[in-house]
Amino acid sequence: MHETKEKHDFEPKIVAFVCTWCTYAGADLAGTSRLHYPSNVRVLKFPCTGRIDPVFILRAFQRGADGVLVSGCHPGDCHYMAGNLHARRRFAAFRGLLDFVGVDLNRLQFSWVSAAEGGKWVEVVTDLTERIRAMGPMEEFKALETEECWSGELNSPELQEAYNNI
Amino acid sequence: MSRIGVFVCHCGENISRTVDVERVAAEIGKLPGVALATDYKYMCSDPGQGLLKKAIAEHRLDGLVVAACSPRMHEKTFRNAAKAAGLNPFLCEMANIREHCSWVHEDREEATAKAIDIVRLMVERVKKDKALQPITVPITKRALVIGGGIAGIQAALDIADCGHQVLLVEREPSIGGHMAQLSETFPTLDCSQCIMTPKMVDVANHPNITLHTWSEIENVDGYIGNFQVTIRKKARSVDMDKCTGCGVCMAKCPQKKIKSTFDRGLGTRPAIYVPFPQAVPNTPVIDRENCTYFKSGKCGVCAKVCGPGAVDYDQQDELITEPVGAIVVATGFELYTINEKPKGSPIKGYGEFGHGTIPDVIDGMTFERLASASGPTGGKILRPSDGREPKQVVFVQCVGSRAREKGISYCSKVCCMYTAKHTMLYKHKVHDGQAYVFFMDARTPGKSYDEFWRRAVEEEEAVYIRGMVSRLYQKGDKIVVMGSDISVGVQVEIEADLVVLATAVQPRQGADALAQKLGISYDTYNFYSEAHAKLKPVECATAGIYLAGACQGPKDIPDTVSQASAAAAKVMTLFSRDQLEREPIVARVNERNCVACFYCKKVCPYGAVEEKEIRDRQGNLVRVVAYVNPGVCGGCGTCQATCPSKSVELEGYTDEQVMAMIEAL
Repeated sequence: MHETKEKHDFEPKIVAFVCTWCTYAGADLAGTSRLHYPSNVRVLKFPCTGRIDPVFILRAFQRGADGVLVSGCHPGDCHYMAGNLHARRRFAAFRGLLDFVGVDLNRLQFSWVSAAEGGKWVEVVTDLTERIRAMGPMEEFKALETEECWSGELNSPELQEAYNNI
Repeated sequence: MSRIGVFVCHCGENISRTVDVERVAAEIGKLPGVALATDYKYMCSDPGQGLLKKAIAEHRLDGLVVAACSPRMHEKTFRNAAKAAGLNPFLCEMANIREHCSWVHEDREEATAKAIDIVRLMVERVKKDKALQPITVPITKRALVIGGGIAGIQAALDIADCGHQVLLVEREPSIGGHMAQLSETFPTLDCSQCIMTPKMVDVANHPNITLHTWSEIENVDGYIGNFQVTIRKKARSVDMDKCTGCGVCMAKCPQKKIKSTFDRGLGTRPAIYVPFPQAVPNTPVIDRENCTYFKSGKCGVCAKVCGPGAVDYDQQDELITEPVGAIVVATGFELYTINEKPKGSPIKGYGEFGHGTIPDVIDGMTFERLASASGPTGGKILRPSDGREPKQVVFVQCVGSRAREKGISYCSKVCCMYTAKHTMLYKHKVHDGQAYVFFMDARTPGKSYDEFWRRAVEEEEAVYIRGMVSRLYQKGDKIVVMGSDISVGVQVEIEADLVVLATAVQPRQGADALAQKLGISYDTYNFYSEAHAKLKPVECATAGIYLAGACQGPKDIPDTVSQASAAAAKVMTLFSRDQLEREPIVARVNERNCVACFYCKKVCPYGAVEEKEIRDRQGNLVRVVAYVNPGVCGGCGTCQATCPSKSVELEGYTDEQVMAMIEAL
């Protein structure tokens, strides 16, 4: 019965920041319903989308994510009344910043997935995976990190001198 | 250095069918800080939990990751097991490799790789986990009930019967609310006052209930278990201890022409009055706006005739502050009146119905007073304009309700039933009269409700016309009702003697101001919002505050009483313990870093953020910082993501923990 799986050259790494009450439960429902979706997504659970700091998204891109998904309760359904609305406003502003620094906004997806929407979770994850796969790996931020990080080796005369002067 | 134990569950075959659990354990075992990584067929079973407990002792583990099902399923199970073995439960985390992995992927290679990733992230997280202690909050076992209608009365009686002290605050001179105004109640047609007044007397006589009528809530401070409530006891001008309720003052008061609000303006009352004869307490209050003594300094008749000397013109408003542990809000509703546009009301007005200028166009509550045996007409249905018995009465439903173009889209829920009741009451009193009802739908969900409505139509011969009324106007002593009957597609014109409008049920004016004092949320119409529409219909999102009755949404009497008892049950659950214990997933402020911008205070949906003053030993103010009250915090973490100086951390979801996971991607 199982379909033969397509092999791809590039498997993107996708990080999902989700709230525990709606989307995490929705993803659980996808599991209990035995729906299938690509295995590229790694889920990080938060109490509420309101807790998700934009820095997390930036850091995820830096640490090798090719795409990021942020998903929570539908507007009006927030377990904490308004956390998702704060998140919505915050990320609306944050998108502008990401665009400015040159991140393709197609790599970042915001969605509302309720605890009843196992099917929608599958759809969102599948669509995003395919979209990112088509876009290819995101090298810009990863390159940035290797540039910024000091390996710990004193591999230049300047560094060696600075170290000696400590 | 951490000593983390990782337990990978097979879940029978649920996980091991697609995930190579042995390989997961082997790979994870190589991670720094992992002291033990093993797999087992059923971790949640007794032997599985035993394995976990034994390993904690044997390997001196200081962190656990159970790679199994969703934490929503078994997090509690494993945290309890950890606790039993002497490990702080918040150092135990679950990695969800069933719902999020084995059940949704088919390729064994891929699923195994993903499972390893998921477990690795959780291992990194556990390294940053802190041992958290549950938060305990003391509880004042004393309740405040706001509103003395049937909802407030029921809640107060239930809580008081359980042995707890209750303060019942009512802003009118008497308790009773709308139910005291009603004539008979659907679907049984029993007399409203006959079932209401005994309950009012029970409240007055109950040793555990302190009644504050003619009083309003001035201020509310504090949090669940520990509220401080300031009540304004308005000057009654009558000493409640001295007054015997003989009523001589009311009989002798020369000013008798004031329209009675209780009788919806149909009857009159004196300036010193009780709203209705069965009032509780039966102590009159002086209406200072209309009293000759207060207007001109002359008169003073009531003071002269009062035997016990209870009339006190110099009485002042009094503020009292009381500690309470829980609050039940039961402020009820009011009907939309078509002749006045209430401030802030979304309704745009009913010019086509004459804006309330036609005296024989009345609302449902006014009809209740006409039909009430204790009403201004003694229970006879008479027109307000000329006192004649109306032979043709038109009832119009959904005036304001379900009319988006007028500003309100919700259904007022009770009008279909009370209009059917009105047609019956009318027919019982005016045998040769004819009732017409303009309606959109007859909504009769409720026990014996549809049968009741059918009785109105089939036995009492009320003519139901499906359609709305476009215009009302006075023609001689008749009112012409123009409408349409959409079921046959014709225009209808009826010359009526009396028109009764089923106007929309709205929250009390000032409901929003009270909500702001209480720190509870309300919807666009000012109805108070429950914490969850289905599963927490009685609780407010603000802990320790509960809702009862129509202040939360339009409701009939049975629903109101049910909700009031439910609210009381919630209060009693809270009071059943001496201390409140809750999960320590709350925000904490780093006072050294806080710059007192209070963005956190603005975004906090619970009002948990307070301004805390830091003083030196001499008591001089050094600076102000944010303080999150752990009793009130709901644990959403919105403050943390908002804080510009990163001075607030949500325990259990700190930046350190999240970043550890992101770094491990």
